[in-house]
Amino acid sequence: MTAMNDNPPSDLVEVARQLRLDILDSTTKAGSGHPSSSWSAVEICTALYFGDVLRYRPDEPWWPARDRFIMSKGHAAPLLYAVLARAGYFDRELLWTLRQIDSPVQGHPIQGLLPGVEATTGSLGQGLSLGIGHVLGGRLNGLNYRVYVLLGDGECEAGQIWEAAMAAAHFRAGNLTAILDYNKFQETGPIAREMALEPLVDKWRSFGWHVDEVDGHDIGDCGQAAFVLARRDQPSILIAHTVKGKGVSFVETDFTWHGRAVAGTGRAESGRS
Amino acid sequence: MQLGSKAGLTPFKLPLRNVFGEALLEVATDDPRVVVLDGDLGNSTMAETVRKAYPERFFNLGIAESNLVGVGAGLAACGLIPWITSFSSFLLCNAYDQIRLAIALSNINAKVLGSHGGITLGKDGPTQMGIEDFALVGGLPTFTMLVPSDPVSMRALVRLGTDFVGPVWLRSSRVALPVIYDEDEEFAIGKAKVVREGGDLTIIACGIMVATALDAAATLADEGIDARVLDLLSLRPLDEEAIVAAARDTGAVVTAEEHLLTGGMGSNVARIIAQHHPVPMRFVGLADTYTESADPADLLVKYNLTAEDIAAAAREAVADRK
Repeated sequence: MTAMNDNPPSDLVEVARQLRLDILDSTTKAGSGHPSSSWSAVEICTALYFGDVLRYRPDEPWWPARDRFIMSKGHAAPLLYAVLARAGYFDRELLWTLRQIDSPVQGHPIQGLLPGVEATTGSLGQGLSLGIGHVLGGRLNGLNYRVYVLLGDGECEAGQIWEAAMAAAHFRAGNLTAILDYNKFQETGPIAREMALEPLVDKWRSFGWHVDEVDGHDIGDCGQAAFVLARRDQPSILIAHTVKGKGVSFVETDFTWHGRAVAGTGRAESGRS
Repeated sequence: MQLGSKAGLTPFKLPLRNVFGEALLEVATDDPRVVVLDGDLGNSTMAETVRKAYPERFFNLGIAESNLVGVGAGLAACGLIPWITSFSSFLLCNAYDQIRLAIALSNINAKVLGSHGGITLGKDGPTQMGIEDFALVGGLPTFTMLVPSDPVSMRALVRLGTDFVGPVWLRSSRVALPVIYDEDEEFAIGKAKVVREGGDLTIIACGIMVATALDAAATLADEGIDARVLDLLSLRPLDEEAIVAAARDTGAVVTAEEHLLTGGMGSNVARIIAQHHPVPMRFVGLADTYTESADPADLLVKYNLTAEDIAAAAREAVADRK
């Protein structure tokens, strides 16, 4: 079993900053996409992929014993692509073909088009069920990998999430860890106003899950919690409190940026040039 | 009423769904990658044969079809071959979005069993009937669509569907169907079978309507009309060659399906014939209606899916041929 990745970047804060810029540049060039939904989960993914949580081999992307990462909130595809490129799954130049004709870098992730993309997502609510399938498949194949699923908060309104929550507890999927990017906003407004999710901790606990909470922008805390939670005897969810649009001041304070790219001068406007 | 009796077909004691259960157990025995997922209907779809023999490869996901499909897709991504089983109506109507993204668009190697297709599940009524499955699976372009017509073809198509790499959907039925094929008949995905030769018209059928079409052909023969009967077996890919040959050789075509005419098999056959060799056509199937709870034989009569309905359509098509 290969333990950790060979050369974890030492400065994870700088990695996160670079990922934010790649998300900005790819969506701005595409002229559309969901940068704000991507930015809220940058530290979570930085911790998983570059903080020695996930075991993976970019040169052997479908290594059977790899840990799984399923991006259930498929509209955060620009984040997934930026992470996979930085991890070495494919050439970073591909990021600038996002949403262009003939590119495998689709608006939402499509399984089979790019190494490292584990699932087709974009119709919300589906990723957790896929994760259970990977857990059961691992058992049958005699592999003890961990399965991480990144959920959006709005998608927890979908019934399938709770079907999967019930099933994961039933199958005692201790190596399944959901991470909730709890940025408190869905497409049309604040979650609490549009379709209240609270009490969220109680809901997951009552479904038989172990629940932990974390500051979703603290890379060290995210990584530590994700590592520990995947080694329990029941499924776990890490509720990561995040800020939608994190890192770009004028997006952070305005939920109407959901599904909009920052215009042509975005990098300058965002103060990160 | 006994399907196939007029045509002299041998009745078979087991319902088609039981044959599916036996066939599923056979492929699970032969291939350890086969896993079975159940939506708490394994004792109706007969997928439970695998539960008894290989409990570690059988998962009841309960009454939650969306999750059922997602879990199956995840298992497929791990190199296993999931048979995702339930009633056609519940699977397709509850979990269409999951089948679309996680299986069809992902083009993964998962198998979907739509049991209790058509109206011949009978007394449980229209809430349980799958009268729109051809149309729904037709809307999933990467799916291979298989419709067995007798016990022999059921066993063969379960095996072919398991061995084929890619999304496969297979229709099963609650009724018993008579034997049409010899035990050693060889089948291939995308290949239709001429089950009766004839030169005056062709009845193109699938599923339970193949035996019914053979009954109709026997009736027509008494009247001096010599009907070919073509069993499609595969609705995607369609055997274009056999369909065009039927139109060219016999000059008239009737299609017969236990499905809504709108979005059904007949309309796809008509598209091919219109493009390559237009001939007079008639269509036997369900008009735009839901049916009701009743004995299957009574339903087939009331909703115009009998041998006499096919024979009447055939007489019209032949008359049109001029």
